[in-house]
Amino acid sequence: MDIEFLLNGETIRLTTAPTRTLLEWLREERDLTGTKEGCNEGDCGACTVVVQDESGVKALNACILFLPQLHGKAVRTVEAFGDKGLHPVQSAMIEHHGSQCGFCTPGFVASMVAGHAQGRIDHDTVLAGNLCRCTGYAPIIRAAEAAEASFLPAWIAEDRAKLSMLTTRAPFSPTNSDELAAWYLANPDATLIAGATDVGLWVTKQLRDLTKVAFLSKCVDLKDIRVVGNDLQIGAAVTMNEVREALKDSHPSYAEMIRRYASEQVRNAATIGGNIANGSPIGDNPPALIAMGAVLQLRKGNVRRSIPLENFFIDYGQQDRAESEFVEAVSIPKTAPNLKCYKISKRFDQDISAVLGCFNINIEDGKVSAARIAFGGMAATPKLAEHAMKELVGSSWNQDAINRAKSALDQDFRPISDMRASAGYRLEVARSLFDRYFAERSGAAVSVLEVRA
Amino acid sequence: MTVHRSSPHDSAPLHVTGAARYVDDIPLPRGSLHLAFGLSTIARGQIVTIDLSEVRAAQGVVKVLVAADLPYTNDVSAGAHDEPLLSDGKIHYHGQPIFLVIAESHLAARKAARLGKITYTEETPMLSIDDALRADSRFEEGPRVWSKGDSETAIKSAPRQISGRITMGGQEHFYLESQAALAFPQDNGDMEVHSSTQHPTEIQHKVAEALGIPFHGVRVETRRMGGGFGGKESQGNALAVACAVAAKLTRRACKMRYDRGDDMVITGKRHDFEIDYQVGFDNTGRILGIEFVQMTRGGWALDLTLPVADRAMLHSDNAYLLDHVKITSHRLKTNTTSATAFRGFGGPQGVLGIERVMDHIAHELSADPIEVRRVNYYASMNASKKGKSTANTTPYGMLVEDFILDEMTDAFLASTEYQKRRKEIDAWNAEQPIIKKGLGFSPVKFGISFTLTHLNQAGALVHVYADGSIRINHGGTEMGQGLFQKVAQVAAHTFGVGMESIKITATDTAKVPNTSATAASSGSDLNGMAVKIACDTIKERLIDVASAEFDCKAEHIRFENSLVYGPKASMSFADLASRAYQSRVSLSATGFYKTPDLSWDRIEGKGRPFFYFAQGLALSEVVIDTLTGENRILRTDILHDAGSSLNPALDIGQIEGGFVQGAGWLTTEELVWDDKGRLRTHAPSTYKIPACSDRPEIFNVSLWDAPNPMATIFLSKAVGEPPFMHGISAFLALSNAVAACGRNYPALQAPATPECILAAIKRARL
Repeated sequence: MDIEFLLNGETIRLTTAPTRTLLEWLREERDLTGTKEGCNEGDCGACTVVVQDESGVKALNACILFLPQLHGKAVRTVEAFGDKGLHPVQSAMIEHHGSQCGFCTPGFVASMVAGHAQGRIDHDTVLAGNLCRCTGYAPIIRAAEAAEASFLPAWIAEDRAKLSMLTTRAPFSPTNSDELAAWYLANPDATLIAGATDVGLWVTKQLRDLTKVAFLSKCVDLKDIRVVGNDLQIGAAVTMNEVREALKDSHPSYAEMIRRYASEQVRNAATIGGNIANGSPIGDNPPALIAMGAVLQLRKGNVRRSIPLENFFIDYGQQDRAESEFVEAVSIPKTAPNLKCYKISKRFDQDISAVLGCFNINIEDGKVSAARIAFGGMAATPKLAEHAMKELVGSSWNQDAINRAKSALDQDFRPISDMRASAGYRLEVARSLFDRYFAERSGAAVSVLEVRA
Repeated sequence: MTVHRSSPHDSAPLHVTGAARYVDDIPLPRGSLHLAFGLSTIARGQIVTIDLSEVRAAQGVVKVLVAADLPYTNDVSAGAHDEPLLSDGKIHYHGQPIFLVIAESHLAARKAARLGKITYTEETPMLSIDDALRADSRFEEGPRVWSKGDSETAIKSAPRQISGRITMGGQEHFYLESQAALAFPQDNGDMEVHSSTQHPTEIQHKVAEALGIPFHGVRVETRRMGGGFGGKESQGNALAVACAVAAKLTRRACKMRYDRGDDMVITGKRHDFEIDYQVGFDNTGRILGIEFVQMTRGGWALDLTLPVADRAMLHSDNAYLLDHVKITSHRLKTNTTSATAFRGFGGPQGVLGIERVMDHIAHELSADPIEVRRVNYYASMNASKKGKSTANTTPYGMLVEDFILDEMTDAFLASTEYQKRRKEIDAWNAEQPIIKKGLGFSPVKFGISFTLTHLNQAGALVHVYADGSIRINHGGTEMGQGLFQKVAQVAAHTFGVGMESIKITATDTAKVPNTSATAASSGSDLNGMAVKIACDTIKERLIDVASAEFDCKAEHIRFENSLVYGPKASMSFADLASRAYQSRVSLSATGFYKTPDLSWDRIEGKGRPFFYFAQGLALSEVVIDTLTGENRILRTDILHDAGSSLNPALDIGQIEGGFVQGAGWLTTEELVWDDKGRLRTHAPSTYKIPACSDRPEIFNVSLWDAPNPMATIFLSKAVGEPPFMHGISAFLALSNAVAACGRNYPALQAPATPECILAAIKRARL
């Protein structure tokens, strides 16, 4: 596979196997060993690099970034963050004692460089995907704050100017969904790769060889968010950070849940279509989307069909998707004022949910006129709490109704015990979330994230 | 003054630019090979057949070794000779290495390592503390028991009694750099090893044994680790030995680094504990008699379980004078990974035991938990503030002569506005039905010295070159704690030169021999002193040269600002070094230090195992959601005693980091094994160390600036491990918030995950 990209300002042309990771290539072929391997699965951030394309400057995990995904983009590694001397975040990290063992430091610096370029001051969110075991994070945040107002390095503009000089066409990268549909019809055994935040682990952890792949990042029409009537149609290749940005005013609770979904680096790569298509019972998007009444648009060749999202998930590892069929878009209402998403996990940031409960209940004149409640982590698939919903619809909005719905949950779910939580806890918390929703709709304080000392 | 002053970590400019070199970053010669272990897929049993034909046939594989292929000793244990590098036929835990793949790339080795076909006769694994107790499966002949006074009578005759149990999980080190080693075979059969280890000398010994050569044939170098925390005290042996054996057999450089998943499955972790307690106390909360039964899973091999369990016993008093006490310790052998050193080394577990007791007593009496603690404190070293009835001795008979927590507590309560905040939190809890807050206070008194007395020694090698530049080397290793910087400050201070004159060098068994692990918080105490002694030796020679030059008495020579002053004249340090060279004066010296006044009988549990105690206080404020058990730390204040700190910024870094790591141990970090003995939390996706937003939003750390009364290096105190125990304040705060939900004592267990907190809320409400 022939690709072309910028590495630290220099144009690189190379032929690569489709699933060679950027991290391995940097360390083993380019002797750029500043970028570290901490976990090799996108969870620690030690391998973070800065990638620039037409949409801006972003932090990405190099360990689960395949080289072809870089085609037409500019990569910067920790060795090249300063123009001549140090980047301001690097100086600040020294002055504020932000490194101890130093192994996570290049990754932190990369996330900070990207955050700085974006003018970010929400440092906890910018750095949620970088784990440090030494410092307790406090000095790193001090460094990030100290560097907020400093100048942008010149290389950001220089790299950007050079991007247009790169060739745009890469093999196995369809440029629109028509091309993709035709190619996938001819290659039904291929693997479609969007952000590679899941497929990356097939390669780095399961050690699978994927030979026939298509990269979706050039499919421009899959990256649109469009208003269609009363709906928003979100293209399958829209990244989770783009979803978050687009929905932060119209769907604040969903957007806040996305803030805690994986990490900045992962959300910069992961797509909403990928998260749906892989069919995980613990993916965080489907319960929220199902609670909103989302409609999934699937495409095979030139045949399109739309189904309620909940119908896509048939059983564990089994989805309603035919051979050569792919997720093209998902549609949700333009706003969802009653939607609340409750993500329960051991750690707030970058943790897979033990339970995700999403509630979307309309109340008119004290009565429930409509209710959609969906859960993740409670069954083999993301799933509606239909019995509980039935208890609520048409009923008065009061504690009695909530209690009836909670009791009905036994009929909806039989969760399992695993390393994240026991079955008993899952069921108990799922019930408690009805109380939380009820309290929140009554104006009570329900989130520990909003409490201060 | 270069000591007692903040300066950045010596490698900080290298860290932030990615230039700092770790083992995996060392450029390799052509033809270097890469290793991976094939692992057992059962937790206990016997191997019946091993078919490695697919492994050998896999792409890039050069050689595959099983136990029978090893040339000499098949052992990578810290001392007990009970840890084969490759299984000798018996399987002791899930993930035990059985064969070694030597391949042309890291990826090829990993891929091939999964192709082994092994059959077993499987036995039921012994996994839990209960399993092991039932089977009497333990590392010593029976439990260790230490006592002072008559605990049984004291408990019985006390006005009040309580009993209970606290369980606390283990902890994965999660150093960001996984274990790594690299071996270069030498032309004469010698071996040069680069290892990410806290203990280069042990690596040297294990490699020499495995190659059948004397120690002098192995040179081990460690420039830095990407985190250690105790996890690289003994756990690097397997990789270094594997590399050395493979390098010997292939005559090529061999490197091994664990993929994160392998690292988490194969290597040891913090010991989990269950501690039963029975206490008699009076109406002020003063403990009259107490008994602890400590039970810990050591895993399948001995490793460091005995000294870890000893240290848990040694810290079961924490800051409190116990007149009648009995501590029983069960060191259990199970079919799980062999538990190992982890910051605090059993101390945190022992401390958590008695802090739970304090919490329980305070709840029982509805008394202020700080007041209950204060009536139990040891007597202060400064004037006897309280008339304690008996000698100020620990349960192991050591007189406590340097206790300062009383004075520190006075200052701390004022600076943290404890009383005011207590009232505010009580008012919040009275008003809020769902969200509750809690406050938790924990002191720590941590004994400094290795309890194996002979380890309390260190060596150094210092060269002054003729241009006045100075190169220092010592036995301590750098894992991020800033040891190299602190020791360089000692050298710079001694010679009166700037830090730029000091070259810090990698730990190297060929420069300083027979070193101890960098562990037990002893790094700067021991190595700082050894370097100081070496510097002083050279300095004395330089003074002789200078006094001849200046024609004055030796006592009138001063070293300052890179100059050497006589009464009337001065010259640069570099000039003096040059003159000394020309006068044929040796400018190289070794230094050797051993900690004075230690004696310890670990069987009797009597003596003076520690040189002194490092102390500190923490107060944490938390919030919990009573519907889900979700929780956060809102604010933490810490006042910590680092003596006269060598480098306040680095010490504060240790304290902040130690707190967050300690709080992680007791909250989000949960190790889960299934009933087959498989670790289910072997990746950062399932094992959750604190992330950025988990640190307290308000986080005030200050140093109690008072010199160590004992003669340590510039009167500083060790700071590596003690702050870890400040994390206990967060756990106690959670317990306090849960207690606000009901009348009963919630008996919160650790780690206090949301699930665990929700269960405790139910107990409180019963």
